[in-house]
Amino acid sequence: MKADPMGVATGSHYLDGDHACAEGAIAGGCRFMAGYPITPSTEVAERIAERFPKIGGMFIQMEDELASMAAVSGAVWAGAKSMTVTSGPGFSLMMENIGLAVMMEVPCVVVNVQRGGPSTGLPTLTAQADMMQARWGSHGDYEIIALSPNSPQECFDLTITAFNLSEKWRVPVLFMMDECVGHMTEKVIIPNADEIEVTPRKYYKGKKESYRPYRFNGSNSVAPMVKAGDGYFIHITGLTHDERGYPVINAEAQEKNVKHLVNKILKNEEKIRIIEEDQVDGADVVVISYGISSRVAMNAVEAARKKGLKVGTLRLVTVWPFPESRIRELAKSVKAFVVPEINMGQISLEVERCAQGNAKTILVPHAGGWVHDPTDILNAIEESIV
Amino acid sequence: MSETITDYTNKLTIPKPEENFRHPMEAYIRSERFPHIWCSSCGIGTILTAYISGLQKSGLDPEKVAVVSGIGCSGRVAGYLRLDSFHSTHGRALPFATGLALGNPELKVSVISGDGDISAIGGNHFIHSARRNMNLTIICINNFTYAMTGGQAGPTTPIEANSSTTPYGSYEYPFNLPFLAESCGAVYVARWTALHIRRLTNAISEALLKPGFSFIEVISPCPTLYSRRNRLGTGLDSMKFYHDTAIIQHGAETREVDIEYQQKIIVGKFVDKEKPTFTEARDKFLKKKLGDRFVPYRGPNHGH
Ligand SMILES: Cc1ncc(C[n+]2csc(CCOP(=O)(O)OP(=O)(O)O)c2C)c(N)n1
Ligand code: SF4
Ligand SMILES: [Mg+2]
Repeated sequence: MKADPMGVATGSHYLDGDHACAEGAIAGGCRFMAGYPITPSTEVAERIAERFPKIGGMFIQMEDELASMAAVSGAVWAGAKSMTVTSGPGFSLMMENIGLAVMMEVPCVVVNVQRGGPSTGLPTLTAQADMMQARWGSHGDYEIIALSPNSPQECFDLTITAFNLSEKWRVPVLFMMDECVGHMTEKVIIPNADEIEVTPRKYYKGKKESYRPYRFNGSNSVAPMVKAGDGYFIHITGLTHDERGYPVINAEAQEKNVKHLVNKILKNEEKIRIIEEDQVDGADVVVISYGISSRVAMNAVEAARKKGLKVGTLRLVTVWPFPESRIRELAKSVKAFVVPEINMGQISLEVERCAQGNAKTILVPHAGGWVHDPTDILNAIEESIV
Repeated sequence: MSETITDYTNKLTIPKPEENFRHPMEAYIRSERFPHIWCSSCGIGTILTAYISGLQKSGLDPEKVAVVSGIGCSGRVAGYLRLDSFHSTHGRALPFATGLALGNPELKVSVISGDGDISAIGGNHFIHSARRNMNLTIICINNFTYAMTGGQAGPTTPIEANSSTTPYGSYEYPFNLPFLAESCGAVYVARWTALHIRRLTNAISEALLKPGFSFIEVISPCPTLYSRRNRLGTGLDSMKFYHDTAIIQHGAETREVDIEYQQKIIVGKFVDKEKPTFTEARDKFLKKKLGDRFVPYRGPNHGH
């Protein structure tokens, strides 16, 4: 399906990542947003608040992030494409109802413009330290999709992708921006509506009596949805449930329910995967990065290549699910992975796990507040080969 | 009517139950989920029944009515109602319902949940939903305790009442829920007990038909935990107590309807006033500011 032209601000713009994300959401079909202000994400909500009344959208500023995330799920069951936006402290509050959305299989997008933590941390300065929280920050066992854009243009493009993935896999998609990308201003091209591919929600069309909200066509797929108000009389719960959506409190139901939540993502990892590779064939070192760090890393990679080192790059656009099979494969041909990230070591541990001892993994940590000095990454690249 | 059964007096023949003796509420109940989880003589089932009667009486199309519950014994109501029904997280029924109601303005959304769910962990959502005059009907089942977790004290537990976390009796000041609801902006506020089925039914029907934030507190027995710990007897004893101590006082000042431990319970319709709902106020305001550039949100059945 193509985007609704009413919302698409076609043209060449000069936008920061936050505003570009808001435009991406609108182009992606989002018409409900509930949020609570927090730096450095507020500009997304502000732009939505300004734009929605003119395109038939509903924006509501809730009393907190617990409420925002709960309202998003409610609006999705009413039939709206929905989103919320926050940063670290709010992301923590959202975890409870992100879990509910995971359990109810609610397609929605949660934007986290990351800032330094823990706690109030560095409200105005960047970090990439919520990546593990994105993966498993809510209690219980599940898998999620998370994207990491590295430019305002990607904040636009990938927010649409985030909505599309959420509809396809009936899962909250976490859009993991960072303060740098959110506040950096660059050229953003917004195409015509008929050039934007939007995944519509898959609705059930059979007999009313036969509808089961969690009956899947084949394993690792998701069920079509219905809307409240359509006469299906659905029951949807955060409790472990059967295909009717009815609570079942025993180990067998849990096994089915949890395995489904995990497998629909993990078994489809290659279909969900978006990664960018450059010069990995024959490389001695591959720099694995995401978000703003991938742009800083390029500086170091170019310097290393000038010195004659064989350096490849792999950028995680989807960070979760992790491209495990690809890293495993690469580990057999490279000597080392260098992983710069603005945290004390989160994704690097995943890389190390997947490398299975076949290649070294070298973390280039940064506690947050600013991006890496490219020299630190260059040094790590050089050290990794000796 | 080919098959019949004979009653115990052998004087009457009556048709087989499946054909003509279906329960009039059967269509509204997920009876395939029975037996339900509630204890015998718990008040929650009575309130569920009153909700269905109230809904029938309101004449609303059940397809356009949705129910959201939080977590607790009371929070299980959504799971037994054959309506679009959602069992959310503890305290978050109101914001979930807010999303549902805003997402599809054709829906009438009710929240049925417990006193702890709505006024403790969900207290912030409660005051703000009332402040916004969100189009929601809230039925708060007040059994003066956190029943689901074993009878702990909560924000409605009266001073003196014993609970598992106030083993010497409670000493915290409890909420007066109708007063809280009114002061935050609710347009309809009533209190009944699980004994006042007919009046409760009427109130539910009125509240469902009232645009905006309506709030009904229903005092309900929890014989298993609250009553047992306080030696208040069975569910039937609670009904007798409500019968003897409830005073109907429509229009009572909500500031004066506090409930003290085992004292009189003032019930009635306290507030019934007109005020534009969140959406009415929003649309009117934005239309004034933006003129023809304003495009109201119409919900999923009207394009975007
Ligand atoms: C976040 C969270 N905290 C605590 C609980 C445990 N819990 C479940 S129900 C409940 C209290 C319910 O009390 P109330 O809303 O009054 O309902 P009742 O069981 O009395 O009907 C609590 C504390 C929970 N499920 N979630
Ligand atoms: S514990 Fe109390 S409130 Fe819960 S079902 Fe039993 S009697 Fe009812
Ligand atoms: Mg209670």
